[in-house]
Amino acid sequence: MAARSPLLTILIALLVALLVWLFVAAWPEWLTGAIGAKKLFVTTIFNGVTVAGLYFLVASGFTLVFGLMRNVNLAHGSLFLFGAYIGYSVATATGYWLIGVAAGFLAAGLVGILMQVLVFRRMEGDELRQTLVTIGISIVAADLMLAVWSGKTYQFATPDWLDGAVRTPFILAYRSNGAAVPMMYPWYRLVVLAAAIVIGVGLWLVLNRTRIGMMIRAGVDDRAMLSASGVNVHVVFAVVFGIGAGLAGFAGVVGGTALSIAPGEDVRYLLASLVVVIVGGMGSITGAAVGALLIGLAEQIGLAYFPTYGVVLTFVIMVAVLAFRPQGIMGRPA
Amino acid sequence: MSVMETTTGVSAEARSMAGSPLVWGVAALLLVYPLVATPFLTFQVGGYALILGTIALSLSFLAGYGGMVSLSQMSAAGLAGYVVAIFGFNSFGSGFGWPWWLVVPIAVLASTAFSVGVGLLAIRTEGIYTIMITLAIGVAFFLLAQQNYAIFNGHSGFAGIAPPVLFGLNWRDPLPFYYLALFVAAVFYLAVVYIARAPFGLALQAIRDNPRRMRALGYNVTAHRVAAWALAGIAAGFGGVLLVWFNGRISPGTIGVDRLIDILVIAIVGGTRRPAGAFLGAIFFVLLDTYAINVMGAERFNTLIGVLFLAIVLFSPDGLLGLWEKARRSFATRGSGV
Amino acid sequence: MNFTRGTLLATAGFALAAHFSAANAEDTLKVGLMVTLEGAFTVLGEDGKRGAELALKEHNGMAGGKKIEWVVASSDASPDSAVRAVRKLVESDGVQIVVGPLSGDEGLAVKDYAKTQPNVTFVNGTSAAADTTLRDPAPNFFRFTTDGAQWMAGVGTYAFEKKGYKNVATVAEDYSFPYTQVFGFMAEFCKAGGHVVSKSWVPIGNKDFSSVIAAIPADVDAVYVALGGADGVNFLKQYQQAGGTAPLIGGSITADQSVLSSQGKQKDAVLGMPSAGPVADAWDDPRWTKFVADYKAAFPDGFPSPSLFAQGYFVNTKAVLLALDKINGDLSDNGVKLRETLAGLEFDTPTGPVKLDKNRNGIALNFVTEVAEGADGGLFNKVVEVKEAVNQTLGQPEDEFLKLGVVGRDNPSCP
Repeated sequence: MAARSPLLTILIALLVALLVWLFVAAWPEWLTGAIGAKKLFVTTIFNGVTVAGLYFLVASGFTLVFGLMRNVNLAHGSLFLFGAYIGYSVATATGYWLIGVAAGFLAAGLVGILMQVLVFRRMEGDELRQTLVTIGISIVAADLMLAVWSGKTYQFATPDWLDGAVRTPFILAYRSNGAAVPMMYPWYRLVVLAAAIVIGVGLWLVLNRTRIGMMIRAGVDDRAMLSASGVNVHVVFAVVFGIGAGLAGFAGVVGGTALSIAPGEDVRYLLASLVVVIVGGMGSITGAAVGALLIGLAEQIGLAYFPTYGVVLTFVIMVAVLAFRPQGIMGRPA
Repeated sequence: MSVMETTTGVSAEARSMAGSPLVWGVAALLLVYPLVATPFLTFQVGGYALILGTIALSLSFLAGYGGMVSLSQMSAAGLAGYVVAIFGFNSFGSGFGWPWWLVVPIAVLASTAFSVGVGLLAIRTEGIYTIMITLAIGVAFFLLAQQNYAIFNGHSGFAGIAPPVLFGLNWRDPLPFYYLALFVAAVFYLAVVYIARAPFGLALQAIRDNPRRMRALGYNVTAHRVAAWALAGIAAGFGGVLLVWFNGRISPGTIGVDRLIDILVIAIVGGTRRPAGAFLGAIFFVLLDTYAINVMGAERFNTLIGVLFLAIVLFSPDGLLGLWEKARRSFATRGSGV
Repeated sequence: MNFTRGTLLATAGFALAAHFSAANAEDTLKVGLMVTLEGAFTVLGEDGKRGAELALKEHNGMAGGKKIEWVVASSDASPDSAVRAVRKLVESDGVQIVVGPLSGDEGLAVKDYAKTQPNVTFVNGTSAAADTTLRDPAPNFFRFTTDGAQWMAGVGTYAFEKKGYKNVATVAEDYSFPYTQVFGFMAEFCKAGGHVVSKSWVPIGNKDFSSVIAAIPADVDAVYVALGGADGVNFLKQYQQAGGTAPLIGGSITADQSVLSSQGKQKDAVLGMPSAGPVADAWDDPRWTKFVADYKAAFPDGFPSPSLFAQGYFVNTKAVLLALDKINGDLSDNGVKLRETLAGLEFDTPTGPVKLDKNRNGIALNFVTEVAEGADGGLFNKVVEVKEAVNQTLGQPEDEFLKLGVVGRDNPSCP
């Protein structure tokens, strides 16, 4: 898209240059006066990008399932919360956080496969009914999880090797004695971002460079044709649904460690995924990444600079995208 | 399912229903009900079910005849309710104090404009997107109302909103309110029954089944769909006006995500293929909402509702109404067999 | 499919039967108990219910010579559902006394409803909005507990004088209850000479405070935090991660068990944090220790220590039972005598003596606490001051207090 016109390219280059300058330079008085301290700006951008990593983890599973099966899984948030609860229970029981992460992924993935095999296979092609079923599942799941884990707030003990803050190369200010004040940032959030990038790249590689990815992409374009060419579509579907659901559970544990786990988080992350994929483009992994970045930044900038309407900002972006590019930024026209 | 089958099927059934003794029986029952029921049953169960039914009807009209499932119908209704609170009277003294005959049309106009706006966004995408977009827009409106104090009075919302005293009647009293709600519900019920048979409704159903063919035939698909959203907005708007009069108050909680889902549950459980389904679903929902606590406690109410909803979606896509019809049909065949 | 249909019909039929068969025996008195048993506040509602049940149990299930029977109605903490629940209690179940509701906006809604039912007596649960009784009160709504501003009594002065904080930033959720708490804090703090230089109102439901924390001015002496449960824990964790050094001041629900028992380094951030509220876990008064022991014996699966929700429902229920005893359970005059008795009632509660002001709002003790480390290394709220007879105008003359106006994002203000 960037290469479409030289003007746009120049504009983007200028924006990038401005951003780099904002991060690297010592801010002059007038700038601090206009938009607040450099610390606030740099921290907010960092927060936006790391939150985007989390949103991408949740939304990529959602978009993957939709891309292949046209199934709008409105129980995706429930899978997120379920994975988080299971992950917490396992991590607490075993004492190993990583086992909890794996358990969250596996538990949610298993539920996803069961949902696909037991329910959705029976109503293939009836997208609306599938969506309604997912709404029903999310209502029941939320209430049953409330019954099992109660309304308490759970917090993972972050493992020591992920805890604490690290020094970033960005200088926020200079003390009167000339010493630089570097920006410190929570290590864990950076690790989440790295994990999101690794998983994102991995998904992209699997989809674009492997046989199974080829089958999935073929399925997205023409399900009947794929089936006719001898591929067991049901297995492909179950695997994809399992991975999509597992990613939600994985994100549940990872996100729950960054913040906490409590009832209501299911709806929050479902909505985040919805907005991310509507903005980015349904069914596209790259779209999910772009959407997550936009929404994460918008949310955090809103919280820092105008908290009153910050929460509405993400939805304004969504409506604007729908109005001007209904298929989403990276989506293909219907 | 071909265009001809669907449309003639529905219209024939609708015609047969208009004359059937069952319809007249139900109508008589609804008219007599408040004379035998307690004021609580009249107002809290009857009135509330009719209001929710009207709002759910706007959803099931869009879904059943237009193939567009909108979760933002409660938001449209809520907007109308907010307009009544803001332009009329409320106990914070911040209302403009305009008379009801001015406020109600503005409220309905607002909800209609809202519904059309949502529709314009939704119809630019594939059908299944509608449910997601409307959910997101509904939540966006909820958040806006919760954060904005200048217009929507934030998290607290408005209280002290009452229907007018007119013709010597306090329309908040159970009996007048029930008949008012019944009148509004009946008007929209009949309107949907009529539209389903009118050329517009037939075209809408044909567009639902095959938009490409209808476009090729020279129909303006977009215009038909937008008109359907407008109609749904009007019904939701009147439902919203009644709802705010019924509750006497409105706050973001009235249009929260749970409430949006409630309306969907009502419409689907009742059955979206017929206008009566919305009301059947509403009666069922209100009875459960009111009395489930006596039977099983309040704790697992959502599980009950969710399982019920799932059962309907999985086993009887036409809702309770579909079950009833199936039962009647099997009864009829058995009867004729003897 | 047959199963489905059968279940549906049975449920509907059962529901109706349950309704119509509700007979009213002569020697039992039905009392409505309105509590939040659905949605996010369920855990708190359950504890409120425990408090009400404990009060009745202590009274041997009897009052005024009649057996007391609860009719429970549930809300989801939204005012709409509160009104529906209370309507059902009054208009369908026919109760003449209602205890509840739990949260602030519900309280305001029930007060409005109370005005339309002058023959029914409403006694608060734990709802703590000031205007439930302060402005435009209902003559038949009684609150033996205190409001959200009263809950802050003492801590503003304590923070200014004992802790020496002069400039403070506030972080709280963006709705009426935290407004009231911030108001209660500022009423004292600003009067003492302190300044609140910035206020961050966090949208409800937001769990990520990192950008909010970054926006707190660097040069404040302390940060006042009115965030409950999960939000409190999240805030502390992120505050510590972001390297926040300014000490904290807590709202009434900030320094609760979930914060104190949470693991990790945030312990250091809360140590020494002053806060205030209507209950203090570690108060060594025998009335309170007996209440805690009774609570633990009756509800082994309850909280480690009764929350302010259990205490609030307990106190208000006890008021109803005591008043019923005094009038021998005679409600034949549509509760006129009951309400007269309630208005003049003074009694001793687990949290000290309570009586009502002319608006039927509680005048009671309030506790200033400070987070301290126990002998076992665990954190607890040490009582540092007990404010006696805290009234709704926080000791100011009523007309002066009312002139401060309705609380909101920008009111009060002392930058």
